[in-house]
Amino acid sequence: MHIHRTPEQIAADRQRYEEHQRIGLEFSPKTPPTPSPRPAPMPNAESVAMTRSVPGGWYTTQHLAKGEVLRLLPQGPVSAVALAAWSATDTTERMNLPDTVKLQWTTDLKKGRVIFSDMGRVMLSIVEDSCGAHDALTGGSTPATVAQYGDPTLRNTRDNMVLAAAKLGLDRRDLMPVLNVFAPVRVDGEGKFEWRDGMISDGDWVELRAEMDLVIALSNCPHPMDPRAGEVPAPLEVTKIKAGPVPPDDLCRTATPEAQRGFENNAKAEG
Amino acid sequence: MEQTFDIPAQKPWSGIVKKGQTIRIEDTFGQQAIDTIFYCADDYTERYSSQDTLRAQGSAYITTGSNIMSCEGRVMLSVLADTSGRHDTSAGCCSCESNTVRFGHDTLYQHACRENFILELGRYGMTKRDIVANINFFMNVPISANGAMTVDDGISAPGDHVEMLAHMDVLCVISNCPQINNPCNGFDPTPIRVVIKG
Repeated sequence: MHIHRTPEQIAADRQRYEEHQRIGLEFSPKTPPTPSPRPAPMPNAESVAMTRSVPGGWYTTQHLAKGEVLRLLPQGPVSAVALAAWSATDTTERMNLPDTVKLQWTTDLKKGRVIFSDMGRVMLSIVEDSCGAHDALTGGSTPATVAQYGDPTLRNTRDNMVLAAAKLGLDRRDLMPVLNVFAPVRVDGEGKFEWRDGMISDGDWVELRAEMDLVIALSNCPHPMDPRAGEVPAPLEVTKIKAGPVPPDDLCRTATPEAQRGFENNAKAEG
Repeated sequence: MEQTFDIPAQKPWSGIVKKGQTIRIEDTFGQQAIDTIFYCADDYTERYSSQDTLRAQGSAYITTGSNIMSCEGRVMLSVLADTSGRHDTSAGCCSCESNTVRFGHDTLYQHACRENFILELGRYGMTKRDIVANINFFMNVPISANGAMTVDDGISAPGDHVEMLAHMDVLCVISNCPQINNPCNGFDPTPIRVVIKG
């Protein structure tokens, strides 16, 4: 069965797509958000809901209510942090990185961008980001990637995520591709992945604002492409900041038509 | 033994490929994205992992020589032949919900790959939870050095195919992509063919 469409239908759909594409690909040059400053400013003590330190190689889980902000700040040399996220009200709704990069026409996730769920809704906004060097494509460390270092005590992100999921009442079926924060992986002209060390610096930090009630998992293990992937990284400081007002012209909520439609889907789901 | 399956435009399909058999996925009419997920036939919780596949090969597209990896770090299949050139595994499958974000709220009630996957996976006791980032055979999604990513016109000609050798018994689940809002199907979804040999 071949569902033939008319040349007029095809031409109209192509024209519509090319208009979306033109606007989507223009975002970066048009609206270059300034990277957040280093060192990270101290959050106002009254606004801090929780802070904890995750040892190198370990993981943690965290509930985030809508509007709360999660700050990630490695306490020593910068090293990747793998992130997974689920809706707290329905964990079958979860972070979807393929949709996140496709919908925003870029793999270059940084300040001003958002992270989508598989339901076309925004889960997280990248509201502060000092480096703009994160990896949505190549995943975290695994038992296989750390085995090459010959140190049986080295932990890895895959096992951390299985453990973190279990402590949220979830299992391997609930895991998804992870976002590696502080991981400067880019694609070269031949399609090869490369690690661009110069894009990250000690003191780098990000803040992610929850746009729905979430549970998240974090793994403090080096990215497998990091030249220091065989080392135990510094502790990760995780801070939860209380929800504050979001101005109408908030960058993440207004930067692109796609983000706006995502937030419209959030509003519909909230009824 | 050779089994041939003709899959109509916009429809799902699934089948078992035994260890040692090959599966050929053919883009019969050209420029047709074929969304595909593999599961270990003995344990569906072991399934295709796009991130493990890309990291292990160190490059962003699937083609001849690529090993299709599972979430447990095992090789599920290897790509023996590819007459088209390269295939995406970063952009995922289309869904009613993501279509609204990408193309406007009026596209909510259009058929999409995730609908196909949910219905086909249901036959095996699996649900939406079990949909993972898939392979998009014959979908052309170049990723630039600055990160820019777009679905471009397909580069596959009629009859182009990918042939893979199974390294374990796998369940192959396909959505013959119904998308009409971007060029991944030439705005005109067409039938495809799957051939399992050995």
